[in-house]
Amino acid sequence: MNLFDYIRPTSVSDAIAAWQPGAAYLGGGTNLVDLMKTGALRPGTVIDITRLPGVDRIETLPNGSTRIGTLVRNSDLAHDPDFAMAFPMVAEALASGASGQLRNAATLGGNLLQRTRCAYFQDPHSACNRRFPGAGCDARNGDSDNHAILGWSDACTATNPSDLCVPLMALDAVVETQGPQGKRDIALADFHHLPGAAPHQETALEPGELILAIRLPANATASRHNSRYLKVRERTSFAFALVSAAAALQLENGRISAACLALGGVAAKPWRVPAAEKLMLGQIPGADLFRRAAEVALEGAVPSGDNGFKIDLARRTAARALALAAAGTPAQMPALPASVFGESAHV
Amino acid sequence: MSYPISLTVNGLRRDVTLEDARVTLLDLLRERLALPGTKKGCDRGQCGACTVLIDGRRINSCLTLAVTLDGAEVITIEGLANGDMLHPVQAAFVEQDGFQCGYCTPGQIMSAVGLIAEGHAGTDPERIREGMSGNLCRCAAYHGITRAVSDATRRMAEDKTKASA
Ligand SMILES: Cc1cc2nc3c(=O)[nH]c(=O)nc-3n(C[C@H](O)[C@H](O)[C@H](O)COP(=O)(O)OP(=O)(O)OC[C@H]3O[C@@H](n4cnc5c(N)ncnc54)[C@H](O)[C@@H]3O)c2cc1C
Ligand code: SF4
Ligand code: FES
Ligand code: FES
Repeated sequence: MNLFDYIRPTSVSDAIAAWQPGAAYLGGGTNLVDLMKTGALRPGTVIDITRLPGVDRIETLPNGSTRIGTLVRNSDLAHDPDFAMAFPMVAEALASGASGQLRNAATLGGNLLQRTRCAYFQDPHSACNRRFPGAGCDARNGDSDNHAILGWSDACTATNPSDLCVPLMALDAVVETQGPQGKRDIALADFHHLPGAAPHQETALEPGELILAIRLPANATASRHNSRYLKVRERTSFAFALVSAAAALQLENGRISAACLALGGVAAKPWRVPAAEKLMLGQIPGADLFRRAAEVALEGAVPSGDNGFKIDLARRTAARALALAAAGTPAQMPALPASVFGESAHV
Repeated sequence: MSYPISLTVNGLRRDVTLEDARVTLLDLLRERLALPGTKKGCDRGQCGACTVLIDGRRINSCLTLAVTLDGAEVITIEGLANGDMLHPVQAAFVEQDGFQCGYCTPGQIMSAVGLIAEGHAGTDPERIREGMSGNLCRCAAYHGITRAVSDATRRMAEDKTKASA
């Protein structure tokens, strides 16, 4: 780990004022400290934001939307009874990520900004355009089985590893930020960038901009009785997604009146295809319909390496997540969150 | 630049000056505070051997910078027993064969104490296994570990009822 200065501001404005090129904000540290250990990240200053006031609460705003401060820990959000009832697939996604210890430390903003798990990104001795613009990409001729099948470029084929972001994308979440230029809102859909020719420009954040909170719109609770997150991984627990899907439906008189579907593990951002959702409107839920929706959601998917298997896997995961959502949100968090195993998975 | 911090470890106040900010809580415990019970496995959050409680919550001490913990309360495996009286989770690990080589055991036990306090698993073996998945055991003593956590959960709930009766 490189030497760095450590500071702990006590107000949001002090934190932003303390930022300078090469500085990093520190939340739970479970991603930043890890990558500082490998040498992939070498911040000159670490700005500890964990004691900033006013950004550690879950609140309902007058317009009915829900605002979650960046310092709310992943475990506390997943187990907040009111939140879990209103947004069950967000709670399930959180509970399916990492481990009990990591979820206790991980913050909301840190989860959104966690970096790709591409092994070459983490290893400073490998060539990586995302870490070092113009260096090349060792994944192209290396281990690529967990890389992107959608939205990738020749410059970078990495995926976004966050579980949390997938249901947030499906529910039209908004990121509230404050930076040297003041406050603004960024739709989660616009937050993570696809790599294009500049994979190092990972998000819409400007230098020094701080995430204050995430907001979920009031109508995002309307699908709470029919929503699920499903995550396929190499082992049942404590593993990143190969592919995942968040599905939320509203049913009226046996027909679908609203549908949201987002996919994880397939691209550098959570993937959402409006045409796949539209196709389900007014229809009667069923395996065939969900297969067709999944087909459309994966349109344009191309392997970026040894990962052709992910295309069919993602289709099936999306169709299964929709079927699980149609069957109804479980009354209790499943013993194995977001797992294809377990009692509630057979529909 | 040096950083003076003050924290409570196993009930004792410790004032330490860190020469630089890179020191993790794990290294502080093992190398500065003579508390080697907390183990280093992966040093990257992947194995759970370094689990301790900070302000009552289980976390990975290998990913926690010590400098962030000014004013915090830390409990390690050395702080669980009451004199010669083992903590119920420690006793259950002994009774249920919850280990073989013992390297992962301090982390397993601290994680179990944290899990029981969280209260989401109860005595359901599936929920216990899920809740303990952040702790790997190279000897694969998982069967005994699950039984030990379940037993300790039951015993601690009984003790609580007795105490309030
Ligand atoms: C072994 C292991 C397994 C994991 N498994 C999963 C998994 O299955 N699913 C999953 O989704 N995740 C998984 N994770 C990732 C974990 O969820 C993230 O590390 C965690 O959410 C990051 O949160 P943090 O608060 O610790 O972030 P930090 O490490 O503190 O920060 C991460 C990044 O965000 C920046 N940052 C933090 N807060 C702010 C803010 N408010 N404004 C601006 N910048 C900010 C930091 O500068 C840094 O660049 C795993 C991690 C590990 C180590
Ligand atoms: S895939 Fe992206 S993150 Fe991985 S080595 Fe290539 S450029 Fe870097
Ligand atoms: S040593 Fe901390 S998790 Fe492995
Ligand atoms: S008892 Fe040997 S690693 Fe768990």
